[in-house]
Amino acid sequence: MSGIKSLLTAGVTTIILATGGTAAHAGRGSDGEAKILFWQAVSTMNPYLSGGSKEVYAASMVLEPLAGFDPDGKMFPRLAAGIPSLENGGIAADRTSITWKLKPDLKWSDGTAVTAEDVAFTFAYCTAPGGGCAQKAKFEGVKAVEAVDPLTVKISFSKPMSYPYAPFVGALSPVIQKAQFKDCLGEKAAQCTAANFNPIGTGAFVVKDFKANDVVTFAANPNYRIADKPAFSTIVLKGGGDAAAAARAVLETGEFDFAWNTVVEPEVLDAMLKKGKGTISTAFSTTVERIHLNPFGADPALGQKRSTKDAGPHPALSDPAVRKALSLAIDRDILVEAGYGAGGKATCNVIPAPANLASSGVDWCLKQDIAAANKLLDDAGWKKGSDGVRAKGGVKLSFLFQTSTNSVRQGSQALIKDWWNKIGVTTELRNVPASVYFGGDPASPDTYKKFYADIEMYASGFETTDPANFLADFKCDRIPSPVDGWQGGNVGRICDPAYDALIDKLSDASEPQARSEIIKTLNDLLVNGGYVLPLVNRGEPSAISNTLKDALVNPWDSQLWNVADWSRKK
Amino acid sequence: MFTYTIRRLIFAVPTLLVISFVIFALLDLAPNDPLGELPLTIPPEVREQIRAAMGLDQPFLVRYVKWLQQFFINEPLNIFEQLTGWHIGDGNRMRVLSWATRSPVVDLIVQRLPQTLWVVGLAYLFGTLLAIPVGVISAYRQYSIFDQIGTFITMVGYSVPTFFTGVVLIVIFSSYLQWFPSVYDTNLQVRDWSSFLEQLRQMFLPILVLTLYNASQIARFVRASMLDNLSQDYVRTARAKGVKEKAVLLVHVLRNSLIPVVTVIALGVPTIFSGAIITEQIFRVNGLGQLLITAVQGADLPLVQTLTFIFAVLIVLFNLIADVLYGILDPRIRYD
Repeated sequence: MSGIKSLLTAGVTTIILATGGTAAHAGRGSDGEAKILFWQAVSTMNPYLSGGSKEVYAASMVLEPLAGFDPDGKMFPRLAAGIPSLENGGIAADRTSITWKLKPDLKWSDGTAVTAEDVAFTFAYCTAPGGGCAQKAKFEGVKAVEAVDPLTVKISFSKPMSYPYAPFVGALSPVIQKAQFKDCLGEKAAQCTAANFNPIGTGAFVVKDFKANDVVTFAANPNYRIADKPAFSTIVLKGGGDAAAAARAVLETGEFDFAWNTVVEPEVLDAMLKKGKGTISTAFSTTVERIHLNPFGADPALGQKRSTKDAGPHPALSDPAVRKALSLAIDRDILVEAGYGAGGKATCNVIPAPANLASSGVDWCLKQDIAAANKLLDDAGWKKGSDGVRAKGGVKLSFLFQTSTNSVRQGSQALIKDWWNKIGVTTELRNVPASVYFGGDPASPDTYKKFYADIEMYASGFETTDPANFLADFKCDRIPSPVDGWQGGNVGRICDPAYDALIDKLSDASEPQARSEIIKTLNDLLVNGGYVLPLVNRGEPSAISNTLKDALVNPWDSQLWNVADWSRKK
Repeated sequence: MFTYTIRRLIFAVPTLLVISFVIFALLDLAPNDPLGELPLTIPPEVREQIRAAMGLDQPFLVRYVKWLQQFFINEPLNIFEQLTGWHIGDGNRMRVLSWATRSPVVDLIVQRLPQTLWVVGLAYLFGTLLAIPVGVISAYRQYSIFDQIGTFITMVGYSVPTFFTGVVLIVIFSSYLQWFPSVYDTNLQVRDWSSFLEQLRQMFLPILVLTLYNASQIARFVRASMLDNLSQDYVRTARAKGVKEKAVLLVHVLRNSLIPVVTVIALGVPTIFSGAIITEQIFRVNGLGQLLITAVQGADLPLVQTLTFIFAVLIVLFNLIADVLYGILDPRIRYD
């Protein structure tokens, strides 16, 4: 009830102010309460201790980095006064350091001043041994972070960095307050419950009440640097339920204003959208649902050598013609229509975004061509047997195809099996629970990294606008094997010397145009070689109420990146 | 009776220790990864460090003994300190920490308990209060219209799962009619008349679902037990002596019929605490059941372990209470 009351008072204030002034935003806290639903509840407000998107997004309302990304992937300053570059001298000529200037007169929500010391402390916090900082990768290659003066912070790298914007840019590495976290270093990090649940920040909101795994209540930050923002005085972020119920709460019952990650079957969503209470916005980032074809033998008879280099090449999948035919036989548009709706786009790129990096040299696979696939296989000597399955030299085109348990993925599997049947390839389908499949247990035979199957499907992407690290994972020396405890990132087990050479070239290149050319070439190498079969560029759909203004989804940063600008449609 | 209770309580200690070990071992063997839900962009070496920060790099037995110490020594000491305000030692004890929230498990449980007791407890109470008259009348007027309808409803309530009735009720009453909210507002505080009404509105659907389920189950028991007793010789004797029908039914038959029913009700009490896992999840009531299911999904082992163990303690305890009640209600049963 108090919510309705404050809404009423807010409404009255707005009317008074709207008749008196012309400002689009009536003032801080004038629009009352907004309600957000994350069907996976938020567990902590400290993104350094969680790493899960839900926690990173929730924390982004409170904690801010030096700079963030807008929906186009362009960097814009948050705590920083400007973006350092080579031209303005912010980046050292030898690329071994970057110097950020803070905005003057910045205040934490408790009223104390934000200084470069806080930034330096954040680095110390995340790199302290025993803390298990989830965002440590953001600080890879960082040698030191030092406060030159209260408003200047210098980040030095141990080697020249072609992309020096990883630390403190984007919602994954925000700045935390030194005064609050100074006793929470290393092993003590987990014991600072009060600080982890209620971090002092610079963002538009502060945590008013935190119920772990349930609901977070935010209030407008009285010390926020923009005087008339945020328009909402409180935001309630509720968790729990499932994706369909979350979409329903925004689109059908109108109880909530914004629901994140509403991955729901297209036909169910259509029925909800008919109510006209809200819309679905999808943030298309770099997540691509893709198929890997195992280049190594995966026969169970190989025992310990399975899916490693020692197993030798795969009897059928090492043939480029087979790989290309399998890709040609897939109708990606149907996969999108059946499983993703507005939440997916057919793609043949491993790097589908940002736009300046997306290659067009691989579009041959966008159109399904069963006849061409059949011809490829005929020419390569794979002959159909009496059972309709192609074979050559006693090797049958019969594959085990695995993925994680998920109704959309099983639907895709069934469709793909059907298409491959048409080109004389038979498949046995298998699905593994996601917690096991993506789990890191090296003893389990069912993880996606062990790849004890001929073919597997999953999705992945990269989180910044720079794919250099992501692409480096396809290098030959990153192939998971018993030697590295099956930890390597090269799940597709790709080993192409030309590719490895180009990756080295990429880490030396700094000029944006040259980098984008190399990245496109790398992408084309992966796809045209048939090493990776990209299927669908998956977006993160959010349900947004029609009464909410200026809520924009963002594939490059937190989905709540501009919560300070949100307001109520009058 | 007293010595019997004491003896049973002492026997419970090794039982519970074995249970705690089995739970710990099962959870450890289960192929679940607390880091499984993290984005794939987090590199393996960072994952290794997160694992180490959770203490997962230590051997199984060490982790088990640590949990024992945290749960049986550190947590009770902590509660004791909070209650009395005294300080024992330096107060710097390692508590059982949840992996997902990095906060003490016991605090989470204390925060969740009231909602579960209100929603699930009330549903259990209503279910019992409803079930007894329904069961009595159904048995007394066996094969009457009331019995037929009652049997039909209780069979439906018993056999249709709550995750189905819950969603059906949401679609009808929240989406279509918009009478009740579909999401439980856990921030709502009852301060005045209107917030009390709001609380009633949001509790209505989950309580309805659970009451139907509980009432159905218990009503079937009451009916069967009443039918057993109605055909007994003592009933005929009472009637032959000219005892009023009301007294025969409500004093003689009902009292005797309730003996097994009380056991069933007592054994069902721990399920109140374990929460109606599914129903809480559907209506987003932030109770213990929902806490458990999020912990299971996120492989938050300390939380799952502690919650499951507390449920085990309650089950052992209420088994004992049921046995003791049995002895009190039925003079024929003596334990000593």
